[in-house]
Amino acid sequence: MRYSLKTQLAGGALSLLLMTGTALATDLNALIWCDHSDPALLKPFEDANGIKVNVKEFEGTGAGLAIVDQSKPGDWDVMVIDSIDVPKGVAKGLFAPLPEDKLPMADLFPEVRLDAKTMADGKRYGITEKFGYNTIGYNKSKVDVRDMQSLAVLTDPKYKGRVAIYDYYLPVIGMAAMSIGKKTSELTEADLPALKDVLLKMKANAKAVTDVAASQTALATGEADILVGGGEWVTAGIAKDKPDLDFSIPKEGAVLWSQSLAMFKDSKNKDMALKFIQYIMSPDGQARLATSACYWGMPSNSKASLNDDQKKTLRFAEQPDFLKRAQGYPAPNDALDKNMQDLWTAVLQAK
Amino acid sequence: MSNGAQTRAGWLAVSPAILWTVLFFVLPFVAMALKSLWPQGSAGWSIADYQQFFTNDSYWRALTNSLEVTSMVTIFSVLLAYPFAWILAFIVPERWRRLALMLAVLPFWTSYVVRSYAWLLVLSENGVINSALVNIGVLSQPIQLANTRFATITGFVHFFVMLLTLTIYANLKQLSPNYRKAATDLGASPLQTFIYVILPLTLPGIMVGAFLTFVLAIGDYITPQILGGNNELLMPQLIMMQIGRRGDFASASALSIILMVIVTLAYLACARWLKIERA
Repeated sequence: MRYSLKTQLAGGALSLLLMTGTALATDLNALIWCDHSDPALLKPFEDANGIKVNVKEFEGTGAGLAIVDQSKPGDWDVMVIDSIDVPKGVAKGLFAPLPEDKLPMADLFPEVRLDAKTMADGKRYGITEKFGYNTIGYNKSKVDVRDMQSLAVLTDPKYKGRVAIYDYYLPVIGMAAMSIGKKTSELTEADLPALKDVLLKMKANAKAVTDVAASQTALATGEADILVGGGEWVTAGIAKDKPDLDFSIPKEGAVLWSQSLAMFKDSKNKDMALKFIQYIMSPDGQARLATSACYWGMPSNSKASLNDDQKKTLRFAEQPDFLKRAQGYPAPNDALDKNMQDLWTAVLQAK
Repeated sequence: MSNGAQTRAGWLAVSPAILWTVLFFVLPFVAMALKSLWPQGSAGWSIADYQQFFTNDSYWRALTNSLEVTSMVTIFSVLLAYPFAWILAFIVPERWRRLALMLAVLPFWTSYVVRSYAWLLVLSENGVINSALVNIGVLSQPIQLANTRFATITGFVHFFVMLLTLTIYANLKQLSPNYRKAATDLGASPLQTFIYVILPLTLPGIMVGAFLTFVLAIGDYITPQILGGNNELLMPQLIMMQIGRRGDFASASALSIILMVIVTLAYLACARWLKIERA
């Protein structure tokens, strides 16, 4: 039997499609951070709605948006994104407005709504689902806890060689800015030389600059006693096994991190996408997300159904005071962002 | 078969390989080159991302760091692998050789990432090495081994010694024993035989292994990221940094092209030894 070239090509394409597998239209495709891949978080939603949530993890907004660029419109339904980067997705025309009346907006901690970033033209494009602090994480059995109440400790020779720095330039630059009395939201090109001085002193005092996994390992194994940029996201999840790990909000303040959920404009499953966002923002969903296996963080919904132990570990009761003293991530424009990244590169390369 | 038919048959035979190369190497490479010439946020073509590399000290240092680390890894790997290969080829009895070769490739059976994390635990302050040295009194307190260039090189050498051992072993086994016998008959000492006969004849195997080590090490992201502790950046880490948050694929492409140029230069430097056929 002879087949035409067209038939063979069509057959090949179909085989390829079957080999690679395609998501069912009823599935929900979520571009997420690792805390959303915890089965304890996803399964209740999947069981309740009789669907499968297909997740793809990424790190860094650039990497996430690159995945979207390489996908067909409609491939993805929801995305987790740094709250400060929601405008990037909006500018690219990726996100659909979210119906505020169907979301628990009134229950959110007001300080983490971040409307300036999560809204555009009066419409909400992102909703903060989880937050925490890039601050000083430490092992209280190895350091003087009183020293941890000031960012000056980051360059204190007393702790030389006992410090690890979290390798993400925005929060660490934010902490450096606060240590010299500058506001993270007002940083300009002119501040970079002074920031570089502080960062170089911090680097000289540090043993290592570590990524997410290595940061947790460094504190947990005793490789470092202090983690610059650490916080509940490092210490809370392992608090049962490592009760000596803790974090402080120094008198100068801490950098507030927050992650948002957004729905794709081209989603083919918008109803289910909204249901997913509603589930994540519900008291039960928030508790599960806050205590996810990958990392813990504060739920943005103040009514999250956390138990007393979980609240204690996350220092839930202290949040009003913490939030009062916290400042947002530096949110530079593209040119300043590039210069901040180059500044960070120079600091990493310093001997 | 006529010459024309033979030529057509030849082209047909190699066409899958050509198609594969064009689809998965040439086209991506051209796309990457074009991307590198259109900087993020710019309105037109520009070599700004290349200029940045040559004018920004910390970018340039990533290349020198990479070259230093990779050169050390290649040299240490060759120096360790050659004696191993020699022992396997000429000293280990025939009946044990298969087992010895299997032990040599054993590290390849473990995931590269897992192996790097294992080294991190070995080299950490509470790790095997520091604990042993402190317990036997050599050190009064642990020293920093993890998160250093030493750790990166150790992780690399552990992996590439095995690769090089196999490459050199294959080369040594191909050598006729008559070369050594003839050199001995002519009055050469074992050292002279090695330096003037064996070493030159095994140089192609060494160079192939060294080139593979260089190419694989200079482009590797995992080992320096896990073991080096970001106390210094190598080229792959600098490339990844461009993509992570900012998604600056133009800058990442420019740096990747520069890395490819370095690999090409390394190839040209080794090309005379990188031949498939034996002279």
